[in-house]
Amino acid sequence: MANMSLTKNPMPAQEPDVRNKNFAEVTLGYTKEQALDEAQRCLNCKNKPCVAGCPVSVRIPEFIAKAAEGDFAGAYDIITSTNSLPAVCGRVCPQETQCEAKCVRGIKGEPVGIGRIERFVADTHNAVGETPVRKPKSNGHKVAVVGSGPAGLTAAGDLAKRGFDVTVFEAFHVAGGVLSYGIPEFRLPKAIVAREVEGLRSLGVKIETNAVVGKAITVDELMGDAGFEAVFIGSGAGLPQFLKIPGEAALGVYSANEFLTRINLMKAYKEGSATPIMRPKKAVVVGGGNVAMDAARCAKRLGADVSIVYRRGKDELPARHEEVEHAEEEGVIFNLLSNPTEILADENGRVKSVKIQRMELGEPDEKGRRRPVPIPGAIEEIETDCVIIAVGTSPNPLIASTTDNLETNRHGCIVADDAGLTSHKSVYAGGDAVTGAATVILAMGAGKTAAAAIAAQLG
Amino acid sequence: MFKIIKKEMLSPMVSRLTVSAPLVARRCRAGQFIILRTDADGERIPLTIGGYDREAGTVSVMFQVAGATTEKLMAMNEGDGLADFVGPLGKPTEIEGLKRVCVVGGGVGCAIAYPIAKALHEQGTHTTVVIGFRDTSRIILEEEFKSASDVLHLLTDDGSNGRKGFTTVALQECLEAGEKFDEVIAIGPLRMMQAVANLTKTYGIKTTVSMNPIMIDGTGMCGGCRLTVGGEMKFACVDGPDFDGHEVDWDEALARGAMYRDFEQAEHKEVCNLLGISK
Repeated sequence: MANMSLTKNPMPAQEPDVRNKNFAEVTLGYTKEQALDEAQRCLNCKNKPCVAGCPVSVRIPEFIAKAAEGDFAGAYDIITSTNSLPAVCGRVCPQETQCEAKCVRGIKGEPVGIGRIERFVADTHNAVGETPVRKPKSNGHKVAVVGSGPAGLTAAGDLAKRGFDVTVFEAFHVAGGVLSYGIPEFRLPKAIVAREVEGLRSLGVKIETNAVVGKAITVDELMGDAGFEAVFIGSGAGLPQFLKIPGEAALGVYSANEFLTRINLMKAYKEGSATPIMRPKKAVVVGGGNVAMDAARCAKRLGADVSIVYRRGKDELPARHEEVEHAEEEGVIFNLLSNPTEILADENGRVKSVKIQRMELGEPDEKGRRRPVPIPGAIEEIETDCVIIAVGTSPNPLIASTTDNLETNRHGCIVADDAGLTSHKSVYAGGDAVTGAATVILAMGAGKTAAAAIAAQLG
Repeated sequence: MFKIIKKEMLSPMVSRLTVSAPLVARRCRAGQFIILRTDADGERIPLTIGGYDREAGTVSVMFQVAGATTEKLMAMNEGDGLADFVGPLGKPTEIEGLKRVCVVGGGVGCAIAYPIAKALHEQGTHTTVVIGFRDTSRIILEEEFKSASDVLHLLTDDGSNGRKGFTTVALQECLEAGEKFDEVIAIGPLRMMQAVANLTKTYGIKTTVSMNPIMIDGTGMCGGCRLTVGGEMKFACVDGPDFDGHEVDWDEALARGAMYRDFEQAEHKEVCNLLGISK
């Protein structure tokens, strides 16, 4: 008999007033009892609507059935048959708009906590220790993957499982892409990312860090003398956008990318770190997406009074609901319907305040979102010593500009068909490099699709 | 690990490291830079490429101690390994088709000026070199510059070697004497490059400067290296490091360079104490 509770087992978490002063993981994960109890809420529907909501088609009811029996190893095998990064997905996927949005239990009450069970299954597996070596038999084909973020790692994992000889090229000194430099430790511990990357290495995937494709070696060279038969480009959307308002060069203005990279990748939050970071008294974060929430919560943990400035209202915030809630609990102030128009600096060039234009919601735009319009004369000045700009990123032109015949659109995104194939023969692309900034799981889905297409082409 | 093949002291202050980095050596060109970390907990610092040997797969960088990381780097020796060494980054200096050029180098910036002068000289460009140092003890690459230039002017601020004065003194003399340059390329402290750009502006000579701001990734990702050039925001790592010296917002660049000065000085002091180096 299924567990008919209308609500999910709540996720244990650090208390807000404690966690907003440390970088340890906010949510603590289910206990075995909670995982078993939650797994029993699944009705094991015949038509599996949840699976259709998952970009990598995790066999959700099947793995939950195993978990409900207490067979967590069996559940892990089912998840990893389609998903190379379960411990990551269990933490950062927007389940509420994907698998859980389709869950039948969500019609009356809360959906099954699919992500939470997935995380428990993955963490249980990872706690056991050594990943057994399970290198598949080689099929003799060489494939290069550019970028080691979620798209690249997924493509690499899926190709390696099929017997391809895969080399991943990463520009940074650490693999993981946005999982390493962008998403903070308190949301996705870096040990977990490293563990998932190790898992890929045990499949035979080679990872070349410090390798900037487009500079040190081009895609055409990879396909030429280097002997790769296909290339998958998963180089992400790493170029930060600025507001183009006066004062953005002032000291204390960061792009969210810079702020987060200093903290997450370079560990600048740690005492004695070789990489400096400003420890602001007050910080204004501009933007309303997940990256803005991450930046705001990092600034809070560095000891700042933090406010988010966003030009639309609360309902329009593009961030995951849970991230907004966590930020609010931790004391981040939301300055909604506000648009920065100028950053003012003191005589030393350091930020002292931000000028804000108050907005109201007007007519809906072409996407149906109500357009923010300025309220005449409603201008305020907010005192702050730090401004973090989190209004989006666009794809890095480094690869497209150095590859022959690689078509991009007017946003700089690489043009690829549904299977990930670009205008360049045997070159595939997926993730943010194609879509512009989106989510980890969509990038993983694209990596998976392209891996299947590459296998079909070369296999 | 990227092995240090050779370490030379070019002056008591400036060291040249030749590092085994085949992936960087295969395509790099004068004017580009690398980013290195000394160890797994280290900071990422950009250094301009000072030379390379494609066959040997080596790249050389020159530096003087400026903070904690360069201090650690200075303490490393032949045979030691650097944790990371990534590049080539940035755009190469554009020298094609230039007939008469003046290369101006200041202090450790001469380390970057040298490969450019060499490349110009090798392609047959008439190359005037003006290099300046604080005093005799800080002179580097004098012999190398002699063989990479048609005319060489060496100055020291205190007159302890060569002529006395800043690089602009010699440059101004050349210009007043009616020397015609297609371009002036200046590499050195921001104040020096600004002074050169101000001088050449009055003569209407195109002037390229090599900017070296604070950066993390070197691939356009962090935006920390942003500059205002001709009223537009540019990233030194991908749009540069070379820019039109007449268009750079120098005051802004100078202010941004001071972002972490307190931190750097504290770290520097700490490392000095750790290594027992007295200041």
